[in-house]
Amino acid sequence: MSAFIGYLLNGLAVGCAIALIASGLVTIYRVTGVVNFAQGTFAVVAGLCTSSLLGLGVPHGVSEVAAVLVAALAGLLTGLAATGKRDTTPLSSLIITLGVGVLAYAVEIVLWGDQPRSAPGLAGSVTIAGARVQTQHLLVISVTAATFVLLVLFFGRTYLGKALTACASNPYAARVIGIDTRLMGLLAFALGGLLGGIAGVLVTPLRPISFDTDVTLIVNGFAAAVFGGLTRPAVALGGALLLGVAETMAAGYGYGSHQLEVALGLMLVVMVVQASRRSTIHQEAV
Amino acid sequence: MIDVSDLVVSYGAATALDHVTLSVARGEMVALLGPNGAGKSTLANTLAGLLTPASGTVRIGGRLALIPEGRQVFPDLSVADNLALGGWRSGLRDPSSVYRLLPQLAELSRRRAGVLSGGEQQMVAFGQALMSRPDVLVVDELSLGLAPLLTAKLAGHLVELNRTLGLTVLLIEQNARLAFELCERAYVLESARVVAEGECAELADDPRVAGAYLGGAIT
Repeated sequence: MSAFIGYLLNGLAVGCAIALIASGLVTIYRVTGVVNFAQGTFAVVAGLCTSSLLGLGVPHGVSEVAAVLVAALAGLLTGLAATGKRDTTPLSSLIITLGVGVLAYAVEIVLWGDQPRSAPGLAGSVTIAGARVQTQHLLVISVTAATFVLLVLFFGRTYLGKALTACASNPYAARVIGIDTRLMGLLAFALGGLLGGIAGVLVTPLRPISFDTDVTLIVNGFAAAVFGGLTRPAVALGGALLLGVAETMAAGYGYGSHQLEVALGLMLVVMVVQASRRSTIHQEAV
Repeated sequence: MIDVSDLVVSYGAATALDHVTLSVARGEMVALLGPNGAGKSTLANTLAGLLTPASGTVRIGGRLALIPEGRQVFPDLSVADNLALGGWRSGLRDPSSVYRLLPQLAELSRRRAGVLSGGEQQMVAFGQALMSRPDVLVVDELSLGLAPLLTAKLAGHLVELNRTLGLTVLLIEQNARLAFELCERAYVLESARVVAEGECAELADDPRVAGAYLGGAIT
C-alpha cells in the first residue's frame, strides 16, 4: 500500500510537470491556432539555465525565476519566428516551431554540451501514510497547483486575460473591436514559454535534463493536451495527471522502460476517438 | 465624416471594390444597399481598418465602430465581459451607460454570450460597438436573420442615437425597405461598383432599384 501511495504521489508530480507543458500548448493553440512543437524546448532551456546559474553560485529562487524568464523570452522569440509575418497559416507556423526546436538543439549543445545536467532541488523526504516521498515532488505539486490557480484568475478575472480568451473565442470580432490579435498571439507564446519554463525548473532536480529531453516532454504534454482537444486546459490538467500516474505505476510495477510508449499509446487512442467524433459532427453540419 | 474616394480593394486577382467613391456627412444616416457578394462587407471591413486598400483613399473623421455581419460576439465570455472588451480602444470599462440605453443587456449581463438568442447577440454586438464611444457607426446587416420586431427595436435605438447624440451612421442592408425607412440617402453597390446613389425617395422611384430591391412594388 505504501508503495502504491509513493507511486501515486510521484506520478502526480510527474503529471504536474506534464500539465504545465500541456497548459502552455493549450494557451498558444487557443489564441493562435498553432500547435507549438517547441513547447518542450522551453522546459529544457529553463532546466539547463537553472543548472548553470546554480553552478555559478547564484542563490536558489533567483536562479529558478531567471531561468523561467529566459524560457518566456524563448517563447516570445519562437512566437515571433512562427507568427510574426502577417498571414502565416497555422500549418506553416507549426513547421516553423518544429524548426525552432531543432535549431534549439544546436544552440543548447553549443552552450551546455550534450550530456544530461541536473540541478539540486529541495533535499530530503517526508513520510506520508507510510510512503517516503521526496520533498521536491511535493514542491512540484504545490507550485503547479498555485500556477493553475493564477492562470484561472488571469484568464477569468483580468481584462488582458479576457482579451486573450476573446482572441481564442472569435479572432475576427477581436480585431473588429481593435485588439491586435498578432500581439496577443505573441503574448500567448511568451506565456507558453513561462509555463514550459516552470515545468523545466521543477523537473530538472528529479530527472537530469539534456538537449533532447524535449521529445519526451512534448509527447507527454501533447498527449495530455489532446485530451481536451487542445482547447480545454482543465481537461488537459486531468489528462496530464492521469498520464503521470499511469506512467509512474507502469514504471513502478516493472515496465520502467515503457513510459514513453504508454504516453504515445494513450495519445493515439484519444486522437483516433476524437477524430472519429469530430468527423461525425462535421458530417452533421454539412 | 466618412470620405471614400476611388477605393479599390482586391483579394488576390478578384476585385471586391472597384473605384468606389462615397461620403457620409457628420450626423447623417446613410444606407448602402446591394445584393450578396456586391462588396458591402468588404467596404465595412476596409472602413474598420481590417483590410488594406489596393488604391484610393479612406478618410474617417473620428472614431469608427463596426457592427459586423453575423452577430459577432465572444461566445465563451459573459455579456458584461463582451461589453467591457468593446471598450478596448476607448478605455471605457464600465458598461452602465450601455445598460441605460439597452436595459435588456443589464438583465443578461452574467449570461454567456454563446447561449443567447440571435437577437440578443445582435444587441450585445450593438452594445459592444457603443462601448468604444464611436463618432461613426457602420452597421453591417442589422436585420439579417432577425425577427421583424427585433429589427424594429434595434433600428429604433439606432435612430435615437443618430437624432439625440448626432451619431453618424452607415447602414449596410439587403433589406431596402428598412434602409429607406431609416435613411435619407443611399448608395447602391453591385458587382463591386456603385451603380446608383441619391435621396432614398428618388431611388425608390427608380425602376431599376425598385425592381431589384423592393420587389417591384413601391409602397
